[in-house]
Amino acid sequence: MIRISSLVHVYDQGRSLKFPDWEIGDMEQWLLLGASGSGKSTLLNIIAGLLKPGQGEVLINGTDLYALSARERDSFRGKHIGIVFQKPHLIRSLDVLDNLELAAVMAGLPVDHERNLSLLADLGIGELAKNYPDQLSQGQLQRVSVARALVNKPDLLIADEPTSSLDDENAGQVIRMLAIRAKDNGAALLIATHDARVRDHCTKTYLL
Amino acid sequence: MNIFKISGKNLIRNKLTSILNIILVAFGVGILSVLFLASTQINNKLEKNARDIDLVVGAKGSPLQLILSSIYHIDNPTGNIPAKDAYKLMHNPMVKRAVPLALGDNYKGYRIVGTDTTFSHLYGLAVQQGNFWQKDLEVTIGSAVASESKLKVGDSFFGAHGLTGNGDIHKQHAYLVKGILKPQGNITDNLILTNIGSVYKMHEEKHDENHSHTTTEETKEISDKQITALLIQYKSPMSVIVFPRMVNQSTNMQAASPAMESARLFSLIGVGIDTLKWFAIFIMGVAALSIFISLYNAMKERKYDLAIMRCLGASKFKVFFLVLFEGILVTFIGTCLGLFIGHVALEVIGACQGASQARLTGFTAFPQEIYLIWTGLFIGALASLIPAMQIYKVDIAETLTKDR
Repeated sequence: MIRISSLVHVYDQGRSLKFPDWEIGDMEQWLLLGASGSGKSTLLNIIAGLLKPGQGEVLINGTDLYALSARERDSFRGKHIGIVFQKPHLIRSLDVLDNLELAAVMAGLPVDHERNLSLLADLGIGELAKNYPDQLSQGQLQRVSVARALVNKPDLLIADEPTSSLDDENAGQVIRMLAIRAKDNGAALLIATHDARVRDHCTKTYLL
Repeated sequence: MNIFKISGKNLIRNKLTSILNIILVAFGVGILSVLFLASTQINNKLEKNARDIDLVVGAKGSPLQLILSSIYHIDNPTGNIPAKDAYKLMHNPMVKRAVPLALGDNYKGYRIVGTDTTFSHLYGLAVQQGNFWQKDLEVTIGSAVASESKLKVGDSFFGAHGLTGNGDIHKQHAYLVKGILKPQGNITDNLILTNIGSVYKMHEEKHDENHSHTTTEETKEISDKQITALLIQYKSPMSVIVFPRMVNQSTNMQAASPAMESARLFSLIGVGIDTLKWFAIFIMGVAALSIFISLYNAMKERKYDLAIMRCLGASKFKVFFLVLFEGILVTFIGTCLGLFIGHVALEVIGACQGASQARLTGFTAFPQEIYLIWTGLFIGALASLIPAMQIYKVDIAETLTKDR
């Protein structure tokens, strides 16, 4: 489903980083492991279509991501890739449900109200639909951001260091939650982490 | 859920800043619209009331005062002129139509004007109810007089001496309302019309009964038959040069041109209007600056929101438009509020005005006010352009990976 080949990123300082080729199949769940500063986020950003690589190509479902125009790439990302960032990054002026709707609207897809509500319910935060981000705890915010990533039924769910600020118990919960949600929604899962606690949860790993 | 809702929600979230900006815009637009409405209305009134009058002849004094008193019925007359001399002028070959006016009394602030049928021809008057005045002491009242003083056809009332107030009432003779005029939209709505004879009669009677304020001057006024002013229409425009000079030099009366005096009056008011106009423009400028600064500052925080929207699939232009729209929304609301404030303020000003002859109203709109709305939108767009442009510089990947 996703294939990266001969990918090279050149940093501003002139240092270049070469990424090994990688192929992710449908609904596979992968860990992207590496120490801090090893280029995990860079690779995630390249796969997500946020950062143009110096060389090489990223194919998602046969589409060469960087052969698209900037506008097409934005729209492609919105429709096919869900991203969970380290920080939840919700829009603070909108309530939880509106934040989910925003994902559909921004990607130019129709709003599916029922699905959004059931997504929230699946994540155990159904009763928070009308709350604003300010009123939510960190854990709840992260769940909302997971829900938002899944709104457009993406083919790929990307999570960047989802456990870095959590204790052991919560870290395990979050990883399990991501795995289950990705599977239920028919998406491949890619978790970037340097957190050793996460390793046990996935079999497939890509090491940087 | 769309871009407009997001903008709106964001404005609501930053209530204080939004309200401040809206108020600034509203003030600027409000002042501009008051100026605009008031000056247009004053101009219209000046023009409408003086439309067919080429010249006013009255006693020597301030020409502006003469115009104000005999056309707009605002100021006091400059004095009286001998009827004999006035009739001589009326029959001058250059004169197409001359309307004599005898002022001096009022009823509840509405001036009683002694004149003849030429007055109704001059203003194109028609009656709505009843008839025009025929005999002495019969009056036909303007539509505004009728509606505000509740006088009906067949009612009678006493006039009071002077042009305002009802201190000195002529109790000897009552005027009888014979008719009510159709609304004209000009000064005649606020006048009570009668014949000159009635005005003389009022003052003769007083004289006979040895009324307290009868003076020798007034005795003379009556015995010599005086009138207050003469409204003149020329036969040909050529007379504009010759006729006034003739009056001013060869008689002891003065001739004043409504067009010239109105223009002079307007240029006097104009200084104040200009000052206010620049003040309003200055406020609009401050509003633009304030919108610019608040949007620009907010961009630091909103960078994350906008990066998220980009990340969720929005194009740069969409997000650019979102920020632009916020600025436009603020100025649009401000402009509408400003127009509303302007109209209400003018209506309040009008209600507080003493002289009903020149009352201003806020319940009118001019197509030019659309330009104010456009200007508001333009200012909003201009002020939010630079903040919105920053969208193009934001590196989404970097913004979102960094800690908030």
